[in-house]
Amino acid sequence: MRKLLAVSAVFLCLGASSPKLSKDEQIIHALNRLTFGPRPGDIEAVRRMGVKKWIDFQLHPERIAENPALAQKLAPLESLRLSQADTERTYPNPQMIRAIAAGRQPMPEDPVTRAAVERVIQRFKIKKDAADNRPLEPAVALNQLLTREQIRGLRTGTVEQKRAVIAAIPESQMDDVAIALPPGLRLQLLTAVEPALRRKLMLLTAPQQLVAFDLSEGKLYRAILSNRQLEEHMVDFWYNHFSVFLDKGADRYLVPTYEREAIRPHVLGKFRNLLGATAKSPAMLFFLDNWESVGPGTAQRRGNAKRPVRGLNENYARELMELHTLGVDGGYTQKDVTEVARCFTGWTIRLPRQGGDFFYNDRVHDKGEKTVLGVKIAAGGGQDDAEKVLDILARHPSTARFISKKLAQRFVADDPPQRLIDKMAKTFRDKNGDIREVMKAMLTSDEFFSQTAYRAKVKTPFEMIVSAVRATGAQVDFAFPLARQIANLGEPLYRKLEPTGYSDANSEWVNSAALLARMNFALALAQNKVPGSKLDASLFNGSPEEVARQVLFTDAQPETLAAIDKQVKSAKAPLVGLLLGSPDFQRR
Amino acid sequence: MTTRRLFLKSSGLAIFGVGAAPMWLARAADAPSARKKVLVAVFQRGAVDGLNVVVPFGEKNYYTLRPTIAIPAPKAGEESAIDLDGFFGLHPALAPLKPIYDAHKLAIVHAVGSPDPTRSHFDAQDYMESGTPGRKATTDGWLNRALPPSPGIRKSPVRAVSLGPSLARALRGQNEAVAINNLDEFKVSDADGASTFERMYASTLDKMLSGTGRETFDAAKLMQSIQAQTYTPADGAKYPGGRLGQSLMQIARLIKADVGLEVAFADVGGWDTHVNEVGQTPGVGQLANLLGNFGQALAAFYQDLGDRMEDVAVVTMSEFGRTARENGNRGTDHGHANVMFAFGGGIRGGKVYGDWPGLAPEQLYQNRDLALTTDFRDVLGELVAKHLGNRQLTGVFPEYTQPKFRGLIGV
Repeated sequence: MRKLLAVSAVFLCLGASSPKLSKDEQIIHALNRLTFGPRPGDIEAVRRMGVKKWIDFQLHPERIAENPALAQKLAPLESLRLSQADTERTYPNPQMIRAIAAGRQPMPEDPVTRAAVERVIQRFKIKKDAADNRPLEPAVALNQLLTREQIRGLRTGTVEQKRAVIAAIPESQMDDVAIALPPGLRLQLLTAVEPALRRKLMLLTAPQQLVAFDLSEGKLYRAILSNRQLEEHMVDFWYNHFSVFLDKGADRYLVPTYEREAIRPHVLGKFRNLLGATAKSPAMLFFLDNWESVGPGTAQRRGNAKRPVRGLNENYARELMELHTLGVDGGYTQKDVTEVARCFTGWTIRLPRQGGDFFYNDRVHDKGEKTVLGVKIAAGGGQDDAEKVLDILARHPSTARFISKKLAQRFVADDPPQRLIDKMAKTFRDKNGDIREVMKAMLTSDEFFSQTAYRAKVKTPFEMIVSAVRATGAQVDFAFPLARQIANLGEPLYRKLEPTGYSDANSEWVNSAALLARMNFALALAQNKVPGSKLDASLFNGSPEEVARQVLFTDAQPETLAAIDKQVKSAKAPLVGLLLGSPDFQRR
Repeated sequence: MTTRRLFLKSSGLAIFGVGAAPMWLARAADAPSARKKVLVAVFQRGAVDGLNVVVPFGEKNYYTLRPTIAIPAPKAGEESAIDLDGFFGLHPALAPLKPIYDAHKLAIVHAVGSPDPTRSHFDAQDYMESGTPGRKATTDGWLNRALPPSPGIRKSPVRAVSLGPSLARALRGQNEAVAINNLDEFKVSDADGASTFERMYASTLDKMLSGTGRETFDAAKLMQSIQAQTYTPADGAKYPGGRLGQSLMQIARLIKADVGLEVAFADVGGWDTHVNEVGQTPGVGQLANLLGNFGQALAAFYQDLGDRMEDVAVVTMSEFGRTARENGNRGTDHGHANVMFAFGGGIRGGKVYGDWPGLAPEQLYQNRDLALTTDFRDVLGELVAKHLGNRQLTGVFPEYTQPKFRGLIGV
């Protein structure tokens, strides 16, 4: 194995074509690329089934029984299942709260949501009028609900003591206690309590932030626990391809529906359907401003004379071609950008700031004739103009090449062999943009199972952290602290500001601060210092060689093992932490 | 590109061998003449109301447009504007900056900003940090591109630093840049762990990880020497609490430690004052509080650095200005042109730069905002070219080939 590693290093340097992988290497390579890292037992399971058959299973997630533990983890994450409008009603943002305060919207019925809203209204009023700075009085004060000892236990006790105090509070009083807790203490308790109470505490602190919490937690639980690993990889890939920045205004409420309804159902389906779903999604229409784009001379000045008259907005049209389909060198011109933008006028959102749905507004549509990439789109096509554009783009050979290359960069290597890209692009065209077929062509190719591709990818922060949890079998009861760690490593989930999405290139993830953060995360996880995650340290008491095999599922590089001083046993730098932070673990 | 960078890194390793001090460190230690010029960019996120920051009290329209939130002309008591040149005045909360202006070190540019018409915070910040207004797909930031090329020399791992939990947009790009939340936390949490990791990364055959690993431990060691000393700002300088003061203090620490810092980025939020921008009297309220903290932080930095300020230039910016008229909530809405500050180094201060477009209805941009007469890239470009000494501005602002310098710096 060591020899093989050395050989693969030589081939990596030369970039030469290389011999095939051994059977064992094929198994670990496939697991490293199709999953978020192997779990204990995975190697044996794939060996029993055979690599080819296992890959085929992963390409058909509907045939794989899902892990029941996942459903349990997802159950409390309510906002992931709500409609856009319900999300906004259930987790009101400041505008909504102002509307409730002004009587334009009804007060929520749920007592905790109501308390959360009342709190924010009160805070808002305090800001508005400097004289009215009375602190907020909870309906029932904390010292009427709990004894002094109990309060002290919550403030300064160990996690176990805090849990005991919480357990002793009668169910009927729990809402009152949650409301009466001071904000600092509420945050402290988040990691010590059950998910249901945790939600209450978060709701009372910042209702609108729960949506972001749920999204990150949901993504992490799925990546850690799902048996349909390739499907989760594809959701990650396509969300990133059609990236929407969560914190841009209304997108805070639109993203859960976007991922659930525009991305997830199509990740292994037809590219045209995926493209169409994203084009019509309120999240994308808002993010890239198409909802505001109107045909020349169609906008009327209404009510507010201070608002400038709107016009054509080309943002979506440009990114649609540059980032979503053709690629920057895909052969379009500025004229094409303008023409595509004209076709998309009228594709907008009903009440965008209140979780509105897609809506075609014929009144602001540019009804003239357009020419897109040499194809005439006749006048008077209405909503269908944009559908025609999507047809043209989805069928375009540049799109087949661009998408194939990007998939190969994610799953094979930063600079994938042209032969492989050509083969995938041909499949894309022949099979009418069937993503599953393109993936199959890639995952069964010699290039995929080559020494050049073996361990050629540096893990993204998300992959690094999830693979560490999976490899060690750590139990995660609260995933949000892991999301914080991922942000520390440089990849805040759902928060890529630019519509480009995160790069899949190794160089994106290898920098000083990020590398330090990786090492510190590795040590923290190994010492059970990441709140909400717990690994069983007693499983990793073997020799460095043994522990390396446990987390790397193969032998460590001799240099890595040589760096470990066998004389020094440090509780703060346990072996498993050193190996999770090693160069070996940063690659997949 | 990656390959070239890696080659430089590994050739550096080959020359000095394992354990030898990298050249930039030796230089920094032995040659005070090699002290780097430093450019510090401060971003006021949320769009600060430039018209109430540097007040055009000489223009009657200002008071017509803002019947309840205008800052009174100078000499109307403590809560009036601080006269700068008979036409413009500083918000009273910015009093700590007046001595710097009087010492001709602080320059102000008015009616400046991004030419892009967007009024979206998200887009406008993005454009200002990428340095390419109107172009969303730019992946790197202007401050990263501003770093002067220095081929062949091993560069300091803390050459470009962004204060905060993640690397600012303005600092992303080809040049190595580090996000530092807190200097004292820039290390491996455990010393035994640190030495093992350092050995692992130094000996691994994985070229990419060994190169960055070396940079990481170089930087961490530098930080260690800084971390070892408790920091006392010089000359009794007092940094205020809050994000900006703490960020600037850490930047001052890095500059004084001579570790090769060249560009730094800090930001501070809260400027989106739609409601109750001004309190019961002009000198109190949200904007006054924010500006008080802002002025104290900048003044403390200036005082703390003392003579060292000769090597340092600080520039402030915000994504766009606010409406010239006040709205119905004693606040202002998203506008267009704004104000920028620049102080330190060779900056010719004591002057308000830029053509004043006026605030008469027909002079306003889209009949609502201060019009723009200076592109923000004119200001940043001049600092990059004359202060940092990187005159290849087409690489820094690729779509802006004809910057019009305002003469902020002599030379």
